[in-house]
Amino acid sequence: MNDLTLAWRNIWRHPRRSVLTMMAIGFAAMLLVFMLSFQFGSYESMINASVKLATGHLQVQGKGYNKKPEMRNVVPNPEAIMDKLSKTQGVDSVTPRSHAFVLASSDTRIRGVLVTGVDPEREKEVFTIPSLIRKGDYLSNEAGNSIIIGALLAKRLNTGVGQELTLLGQSFDGSIAATVVTVRGIFRSGIDAVDRATIQMLLTDFDDLFVMNGAVHSVVATVHELRQTEPLKAVLKNAPLLKPLAVLDWIDLTPGLKQSIQLDLVGGIIMYVILIIVVAFSILNTFLMAVFERTREFGVMMAIGTTPRRLVKVMLMESMFMTGVGLLAGMVTGALLTVYFSHAGIPMGGAADLMAQYGMSGRLFPRLSLLSLLVGPTIIGVVTFITALVPALKIPRLKPVDAMKAV
Amino acid sequence: MSAVTARDVSRIYTQGDVKVTALDKVSLTVETGEFVALAGPSGSGKTTLLNLIGGLDTPDGGEVTVNGMAFKTMSSSDLAELRLSQIGFVFQSYNLIPVLTAEENVEYILRLQGVGKKERKDRARAILDDVGLEDKYDRKPSQLSGGQQQRVAVARALVSNPTIILADEPTANLDSKTGDSLLQMMREMNEKHKVTFIFSTHDAMVMEAAKRIVSMKDGKIAEDKTK
Repeated sequence: MNDLTLAWRNIWRHPRRSVLTMMAIGFAAMLLVFMLSFQFGSYESMINASVKLATGHLQVQGKGYNKKPEMRNVVPNPEAIMDKLSKTQGVDSVTPRSHAFVLASSDTRIRGVLVTGVDPEREKEVFTIPSLIRKGDYLSNEAGNSIIIGALLAKRLNTGVGQELTLLGQSFDGSIAATVVTVRGIFRSGIDAVDRATIQMLLTDFDDLFVMNGAVHSVVATVHELRQTEPLKAVLKNAPLLKPLAVLDWIDLTPGLKQSIQLDLVGGIIMYVILIIVVAFSILNTFLMAVFERTREFGVMMAIGTTPRRLVKVMLMESMFMTGVGLLAGMVTGALLTVYFSHAGIPMGGAADLMAQYGMSGRLFPRLSLLSLLVGPTIIGVVTFITALVPALKIPRLKPVDAMKAV
Repeated sequence: MSAVTARDVSRIYTQGDVKVTALDKVSLTVETGEFVALAGPSGSGKTTLLNLIGGLDTPDGGEVTVNGMAFKTMSSSDLAELRLSQIGFVFQSYNLIPVLTAEENVEYILRLQGVGKKERKDRARAILDDVGLEDKYDRKPSQLSGGQQQRVAVARALVSNPTIILADEPTANLDSKTGDSLLQMMREMNEKHKVTFIFSTHDAMVMEAAKRIVSMKDGKIAEDKTK
């Protein structure tokens, strides 16, 4: 008969109450594991969608270009950079890009737009725009002097596939860059800012038009897994070839995305805190009841020589056992649920159309990680321990003679 | 050295605005091996005195010593240690631990004393045999009659070889036959092991069995008679 056996028997004095308490803890743990995995998974989907639409995971640019995109701030040797990136472990694909602001005019209208020079074959491996063509075709190396434009821009310029646009801008050397191009395709990304002001053309055409002499404004790379971005960035930054240039990750390139994720996470944390408080009250109730209904027994045990510290220890063992079983059950069910949905995905119902516009699939896939598996249960464990400590610490304040009078 | 000394011990309870003097400067000395009954009607202060002797309560005045150790300077943990090693309790309402079997209830106190597993088991079974519960080792308190529970309580009080046993109305909830056999058993323990017994009681049978009767009235000792 040791303290552990005593604690164990005490737990099963009221099996229903103990099971309900363990279930409450288990349910909260399961919910936290699943919800955190879901949040992390959806963030990854959002980031990947955004990255594949606009920035890539990593970019190599001229220093300062990200903040102040000037025509002359270039990556002068893109082939060497692409070669370096391609050979770096963890990098999936690379593509060069160049950008210029031009005036685009149709027969009747004129708009200021961003024209991007791309390598169509490489672009398909990095970005989703080639798959978002709604009319016509994507760019092809065989079809020079052609462009694709956003759907909103096409509407504003009152143009369509097969029609011509005049582009007018300033080239690398300061001369006037002007050309007439044919609209080969119209894409819709779902993001108005992209769809109303973006034109893509062949990088070779861009190079000729803006006299780039083989230079580009950025070399874009995607990585195998999102979590590799940061270590890869650190590695690339130290590569001698890239020292004169800037290596930027998706956070540098789209700080707003990171901020909106943080905002969403704060909202989630508030929900989780409420959930943990509810569980803490459930535990508090169980242990207050246990202390109240066993006050007489504590008095007797102290009378026969049990030290108050030993009684507190037994109470905490009871709490830790129930918490442990609840957490374990919650973590296992939460992990199983997450693993199942990480393969099957969770259909987003009405939001699927909206997500599709952002290049995301209509299902979200939770992602189980050590963080999502341990953070919630650990917090619940700490909170329940503290909560159980509150009634348990009443025991040393009991006077045996008064305790034994308790009904 | 006396087993118990109470010197000018007072205990005052506060009930709302009213102060009730449960013990009023009571002095009592009990020698080792005595079999003493604290007699008196309800409210006379006998249970209060027993609680103070057992260190379960703190006096408002005066001093209690057990085997030469004064309670005044002892912490609650020290008092628990003292009770564990020197004092056995038998309560009116048995007060066994409901989740433990008869054997485990008796064994528990030995566990607290750090006695090894085999010795614990042997001693617990031996003492349960002594109180006539040889076939009830595995019964939980809820599966035992009142008399059997009280026997377990006596076994629990005796198993740790205390020098003093304090029994608060031990026969109050028992029929006369069971009460008588319990008293006989306690007398035997007293004579065999020289354990000091102090009872609080208003049971004539217990008073009959006692060698010394301390009668109490209104929180004071009215009479102290040795047979």
